[in-house]
Amino acid sequence: MSDVLVFAEHLQGNFTDSTFELLGKGRELADATGGHLVAVLLGNGVEGMTGQLGAADKVIVVEHDQLAEFNPEAYAIALKAVVEAANPSIILIPYTSMGMDLASALSADLGIPLASYVSDVRVEDGKLVTVSQMYGGKVNVESEIAGNQKIVSVLAGAFPADAGRKEGSPAVEKIDAPAELDNLRVSFRKLIEPEGGDVDITQQDVLVSIGRGIQSDENIPLAEELAQKLGGAVSASRPIIDNKWLPKSRQVGKSGLKVKPKLYLALGISGAPEHIEGMKDSELIIAINSDPNAPIFEYAHYGVVADLFDVIPALKEKLG
Amino acid sequence: MNIIVPLRQVPDLVEDLEIDSSGKDLDREWLKYKINEFDDHALEEALLLKEDTGATVTAIALDGDDVDKLLFTAAAKGADKLVKVTGDFPTPLTSHAQAKALANAIQGMEYDLILIGVQSVDELDGQVGVLLAHYLGIPHVSVVTGVEVNDGKVVVHKEYSGGVMGEFEVSLPAVLGIQAARQTPRYAPVSRVRMAMRKASIDEVSAEAGGNGAPEIRKLFKPEKGAGAQMLEGSPEEVAEKIVNILKEKGIV
Repeated sequence: MSDVLVFAEHLQGNFTDSTFELLGKGRELADATGGHLVAVLLGNGVEGMTGQLGAADKVIVVEHDQLAEFNPEAYAIALKAVVEAANPSIILIPYTSMGMDLASALSADLGIPLASYVSDVRVEDGKLVTVSQMYGGKVNVESEIAGNQKIVSVLAGAFPADAGRKEGSPAVEKIDAPAELDNLRVSFRKLIEPEGGDVDITQQDVLVSIGRGIQSDENIPLAEELAQKLGGAVSASRPIIDNKWLPKSRQVGKSGLKVKPKLYLALGISGAPEHIEGMKDSELIIAINSDPNAPIFEYAHYGVVADLFDVIPALKEKLG
Repeated sequence: MNIIVPLRQVPDLVEDLEIDSSGKDLDREWLKYKINEFDDHALEEALLLKEDTGATVTAIALDGDDVDKLLFTAAAKGADKLVKVTGDFPTPLTSHAQAKALANAIQGMEYDLILIGVQSVDELDGQVGVLLAHYLGIPHVSVVTGVEVNDGKVVVHKEYSGGVMGEFEVSLPAVLGIQAARQTPRYAPVSRVRMAMRKASIDEVSAEAGGNGAPEIRKLFKPEKGAGAQMLEGSPEEVAEKIVNILKEKGIV
């Protein structure tokens, strides 16, 4: 009854880091509440993957053709069946593209309360307490979730993945695929690989990364010139990509790429959790932003509160 | 085809956010709001689909500060109908309550497709779009960047990390959580918004909110300061010199 359930997310045959991050945290929560840690694995022909989920006491597997690839409708139906069968008290789902389609669906369908954008979760006096990073990381919200069951939707990168990365042979329980899977309104067609960009930003030693503060696509050459002087390339946060000012291959963060350059120079990037996730392991982070409260300064090694249009020309001059 | 686009206002993050005396909400007295940027993308995608297919686009919003301006701005950009959902709504409204109010209002309307921003910065208890789909009993796909209407169905692209995308076919009606429109959301000049204010009209629909499922807020707090960056100060030239010295020290230049 006090079990912790973790949605084991996988794409193209590999578990995502989020899966192990949640297993590590789930282990802690299960130990604190005296419950078991149970992983849910949805797919087709995936039973062989359970050995990677050794941090869990048990893996519940549901297999069906329609679960072979992620499908928002099929996965929500199967996850719901697992929750009804296993009756866990805490359900951990990553706040990722897949998890976004599942956590709220489960909450609406089963009437289970949900905390989203979660960066920390703990048991305190028998209560489940969460911290959510809201408003683009500018304000944290500490909440308490009531009820016998709770869903916690956790930001990627919130917990160390190594804590949950453990080979083993957890008990495997198979649950029959729900009949509704034969009658879906959403059908998966194919996976599309990203187009190869002109530059692989994951291989660069230096990234000059631009955000909303660059204001207009006309200002992008300023960043390009600076990147050239530093022997690197230009990358960007999501708004720049969504506005089609740079190709998708240059995006750092949640729906883009994870980068670890020797220098990450963040220009006009506020530092929403989705962006931080993609660059926080860079060796040296220097952030320039006009907003002294920008969350990026919490993650940068060096920070400058200034107008980037003043600092870029000065930097270019000093670099010769 | 009828497309409904729910629009939400969120605090403008460029401004300082203060916490109110209860400690459980933002101090909203001087808060500046702006349209949730993802909703702006959802509206743009709807307007592009209108150009492609002749669809009718309805912008809908829950009653609140400046909601009329939000709707008239949508009309100035090309929305055909404007709907304001009125009711006894507390501030702030949870995602579950927003979704329930929208579902109650939309239930009586004709629709094939609901396009909504995939997320907003204030969704403590889940995404309004997904909750709305489940309250309406229709399918949803989140994190959508491409929508094509095809013979009573839509083909959509959903983004995963690393730039991989899944392609799905979705039967209608459906809710799509839009990450980005095909192009930068259009801008409505003030003159066009003023014209819309004179010419367009807003229909009012009353609806109950309800919808349980939010956690109980204990307190809001700002992320800890001080653990973060070492701040470099001075004129732009001085700052630039300090940065270059750091880069030299680390062997980067």
